[in-house]
Amino acid sequence: MRIVIIDDSGLRASVLEEGLHEAGYDDIHIVPPRGGFVARLERMAPDVVLMDLGSPSRDTLEEMLTVSRALARPIAMFVDQSDEAMIGAAIDAGVSAYVVDGLRKERVKPVLELAVRRFNAFAKIQSELDEARSALSDRKVIDRAKSILMNQRSLSEQDAYALLRTAAMNQGKKIVDVAQALITASDLLGGGL
Amino acid sequence: MTIGLRIAFLPLTDAAVLVAARERGFAEEEGIALDLVRTTSWATLRDRLVYGQVQGAHMLAPLAVAVTLGLSQQPAPLAAPYKLNVNGNMLVMACDFAKALEPVIASRLADPLGTAHDFAAAIGLWRRKPVIGVVHRFSSHAIMLRYWLASAGVDPDRDVVLRVLPPSLTVEAMHAGEIDGFIAGEPWGSAAVEAGLAETVAIGERIWRRGVEKVLAFRESWLEENPHAVDRLLRALVRAAAWCDDPAHRDDLANLLARPDYVDQPAYLIERALSGGIVARAGEPPIVSPDFMLFGREATPFPWRSQALWIYSQLVRWGMVDHDAATATRAGAVFRPDIFRRALADSNVPMPGASMKLEGAVASPLAVGSRRGELTLGPDSFFDKRVFDPERIDDFLSGFAPLR
Repeated sequence: MRIVIIDDSGLRASVLEEGLHEAGYDDIHIVPPRGGFVARLERMAPDVVLMDLGSPSRDTLEEMLTVSRALARPIAMFVDQSDEAMIGAAIDAGVSAYVVDGLRKERVKPVLELAVRRFNAFAKIQSELDEARSALSDRKVIDRAKSILMNQRSLSEQDAYALLRTAAMNQGKKIVDVAQALITASDLLGGGL
Repeated sequence: MTIGLRIAFLPLTDAAVLVAARERGFAEEEGIALDLVRTTSWATLRDRLVYGQVQGAHMLAPLAVAVTLGLSQQPAPLAAPYKLNVNGNMLVMACDFAKALEPVIASRLADPLGTAHDFAAAIGLWRRKPVIGVVHRFSSHAIMLRYWLASAGVDPDRDVVLRVLPPSLTVEAMHAGEIDGFIAGEPWGSAAVEAGLAETVAIGERIWRRGVEKVLAFRESWLEENPHAVDRLLRALVRAAAWCDDPAHRDDLANLLARPDYVDQPAYLIERALSGGIVARAGEPPIVSPDFMLFGREATPFPWRSQALWIYSQLVRWGMVDHDAATATRAGAVFRPDIFRRALADSNVPMPGASMKLEGAVASPLAVGSRRGELTLGPDSFFDKRVFDPERIDDFLSGFAPLR
């Protein structure tokens, strides 16, 4: 079974490809939705096409499926239209799938389920990455506020941090917000570091 | 009790009424918490609607007909009780291609028939079969483009290549030379002109004055089961549409639409379609076209059944659906003037007495029978002066010379 993944996020495509390999599928191709991707896809004659539901190129792909002679048979988005739970899960995960008509649904269903799981896993990695990134920038802000306090009030690093934390607790705010306010105030007063 | 409604939209200027309803309090006044779901392809908008992820959608009118007739993936009966706008499209072509057309752009746009013939001649001079981007096979844009090209004997399936791509990728595709021009909703044509990549060749408003464009579509079953929510939403939208039409709100509306969660394009580009001041060639003064895009006035939102049937006639003409009486009836029934009347029964919105009209028969503003208040219909003529009689689809279709 030839599976083509249309995706311009390298990471998401690899996450999916890896999962499919592990499950024993070995005819997998990744095609970014750029330029003449439709012609490339046509030549590949895939059995299953997986695509991010959020990709703006879905209309282009569907048009190809409508007019293409290479893929003469109509292609359905979901293998089993009666399986509402599966459809809901796929849409929530952002998976859209096109399957060559005539392929038995019990053969395709595991692929779809795997795609849904992997897309969800990717979304989780993505949000963890975002969190890690913002944690990193939070740390920088707090460090800068600490050094302002250390200089202006001749505090140790530990005491400077304790002061920020107390102020945050008293004001019901996050430490990073208090630190940001301190930096802004210090910049305005011309005492920035 | 507040009703929560989710409505999917594409980043286009003609999502204006939905955006205004949410952002300027019209939905809230009717007890609706309106959640607008930004979507980047018509396929995904359609799937979200058909599979119930949203209750309503800002949809291409022909796509609503096509989904109902089972022509676009999973068949589902849709219902459109409200038109979100009329007009608003623009065909732009690469500046080099446009050199073969009438150079004075105001004259070019004022004479769509002459320009169609110039376009036909320009095809042979171009280095390849011109590749024209359309946003969807079942878009008002594609149907209008086909109608316009065919008037000059151009077979849109043979003499040009129609390439489907979403509006947000049109400018990029022009830049990469993948397409030679495109027809899309604003602000994308203006964005290509502004980038110096293209100039305007035709505007939708001059091809079919007050031509049907986006509708508010629901699943038919949901519409029938939720009359209360539908009626409240329609009342909110009518007021939002009047607000959008008012020139005093143009700047505010353009700035709203410019936000990253809506169209995400500069406000000055969006403003062009709202005011009808279209810059057709970079650096030239705007060409004033006051009816470029209408939201509320002249009963714009009223879903004339005859307009759904006109769309159907074009799908038949281009071999996208087989013609029979039962299919025509199903197509016509997608537009729901009955729901529009019910929802606005107690409002002061002028209400047409009929549900169908001859399309293209109004050449100058015409006062018509209305259940209430004064109603003047604006000109609705086609550039080729044809008139569509929804009771005589066969006659209308046989009036077109077959393309060789």
